[in-house]
Amino acid sequence: MYDSGKIIPGLLIFVLFVTIPIWYNRGTAQAVPEIVLPKDVESCVLPLAAIRSDHMKLLMTWRDDVLRDGDRSTFEIEGKQYQKSLTLTCLQCHANKEQFCDPCHTYVAVRQPNCWDCHFAPVE
Amino acid sequence: MKYAFPLAAVIALVLIALIGVQIPGMQYLFGVAIPYLAMALFLGGFCYRVIYWAKSPVPFKIPTTCGQGYSLPWVKQDKLEAPVNTGQVIARLFLEIFLFRSLWRNTKATVHSGPKLTYESSKWLWLFGILFHYSFLVIIIRHMRYFLDPVPWLVSFVETADSLLEIGSPLMYTTDVVIILGLLFLLARRLFNPQVRYISLSNDYFPLFLILAICITGILMRYGLRTNVDIVAIKQLAVGLVTFSPTIVAEISSLFYVHLFLVCVLLAYFPFSKLMHLGGVFLSPTRNMANDSRMKRHINPWNPDIKPHSYAAYEDEFREDMVEQGIPVEKELPPKAND
Ligand code: HEC
Ligand code: HEC
Ligand code: HEC
Ligand code: HEM
Repeated sequence: MYDSGKIIPGLLIFVLFVTIPIWYNRGTAQAVPEIVLPKDVESCVLPLAAIRSDHMKLLMTWRDDVLRDGDRSTFEIEGKQYQKSLTLTCLQCHANKEQFCDPCHTYVAVRQPNCWDCHFAPVE
Repeated sequence: MKYAFPLAAVIALVLIALIGVQIPGMQYLFGVAIPYLAMALFLGGFCYRVIYWAKSPVPFKIPTTCGQGYSLPWVKQDKLEAPVNTGQVIARLFLEIFLFRSLWRNTKATVHSGPKLTYESSKWLWLFGILFHYSFLVIIIRHMRYFLDPVPWLVSFVETADSLLEIGSPLMYTTDVVIILGLLFLLARRLFNPQVRYISLSNDYFPLFLILAICITGILMRYGLRTNVDIVAIKQLAVGLVTFSPTIVAEISSLFYVHLFLVCVLLAYFPFSKLMHLGGVFLSPTRNMANDSRMKRHINPWNPDIKPHSYAAYEDEFREDMVEQGIPVEKELPPKAND
């Protein structure tokens, strides 16, 4: 082998670089953040799997319905009427944004939605 | 028709994963076993290829120069095109890797009526090549959010910058659009440019189709078929993989397994294909040598070890025979002792 003085360190750097996730996590997976679910209700707006993966789309649909089409109709969950609203609906049941929306978004590094620039999150 | 087979192969790979994960328990094969195997093949194969290359001697000093070489003091040297020392070589290699300088010189030859042959600069390959590669890099950096916990600042920063246009929800990434454009151009170039089409082989099309399929499945997961794309469960699996304690905690969309399987195929295929230009660019003698053949002697490493043999030593060895044959010698035989 020629130039091993340059090639071996180069390869070593490459392997260390590719395996960064292994060194970075140091072999221990941190616990998935605990999110506090509402106690007094059973079901969300959508079935669990759907709300988990599609809630941002649902919010956009609501926003478009309300703002562009002026459709402020209500819908019913477990006998109670709800509006199509971020603050008045989602955060009605999931009252604490810091303990519900945020930990989950931080865990998977979703870019912090800018919604809160304008919308209020209820304070405890 | 060289593109038909690779296209069929990629479709077959998609179907294998799509159908495979329907079988209960196979999630662990596609989500855990194959990723580990692919990564091992990638790292092992990469090192093997580089060491294999490092074993080949370079008999001659062969840097490609395309500018004025080092000469008399009043002749201006082109330091990047004809580097004479390590610093200049590193500068040239750096610009080659980060800006694709040699592609910038790409030309297009056309025959006009006459017949007249013209060459004109053609920078499209450079443009789309660089767009493709940088988008790929940004996508890989962004994907680190699935593997690193807590997510480092750099990854979040790249993600914010990439979604700066704030279109739609989930936010659209600029690189997703750009990488698809880049790939489509690179593919169209092979399909529609007659000269390039003529020299394109199956192994030129396969990586293009494969990477295109990876990006399309990824984009579908994000903007289209989100059902069961549970990012939290996916991150648990990904972090589990890199901490050697993989778990699959929920039912994840089969689209994700297709995406992952195609990535594994790419990783395993990488070291044994033209994609090794990632490592090869550092080991190309035409790029990594200095143009200093008139300053330093380049010794061919496979030269046999030949001892110098001066005429004086030669005569010492053969003097008796030479004298016997009547060949003139510089030094006579020692006078024989008279009997
Ligand atoms: C009627 C009260 C109620 C409303 C309104 C509501 N949720 Fe929920 N949400 C729940 C309940 C209850 C659960 C737990 C469901 C389960 O475990 O099956 C839940 C679960 C979720 C989850 C999944 C959490 C997990 O375990 O991964 C998300 C995400 C979510 N909600 C977001 C929203 C968003 C966004 C809105 C507004 C569009 C909203 N919710 C409106 C009650 C509500
Ligand atoms: C520039 C400020 C601004 C930003 C940022 C913003 N909104 Fe809104 N949003 C509004 C305004 C103003 C309304 C109208 C409120 C009304 O008429 O009831 C509204 C209405 C809505 C509605 C329906 C009505 C209601 O009460 O909620 C939804 C749903 C909604 N926005 C979701 C979102 C989401 C999700 C985000 C983040 C991705 C977001 N918005 C970001 C200003 C904003
Ligand atoms: C179970 C975890 C979880 C919970 C709880 C959760 N989200 Fe999300 N949310 C996500 C994920 C994952 C994404 C991003 C999906 C992606 O990157 O493809 C996301 C994306 C979003 C987006 C789009 C942001 C973007 O960058 O595109 C909005 C808006 C949003 N969530 C609002 C909410 C609100 C409001 C709540 C609280 C009521 C909430 N989410 C709770 C997991 C969650
Ligand atoms: C060669 C490597 C890879 C390439 C080129 C690639 C490409 C892409 C692209 C273009 C997207 C669209 C959204 C985005 O840009 O983030 C995407 C999404 C995605 N990729 Fe990959 N990917 C690769 C490897 C992986 C791996 C190893 C995983 C395993 C964890 C993975 C998991 C995902 C997931 C879960 C999504 C959906 C993201 C979302 O919904 O926000 N990818 N991929």
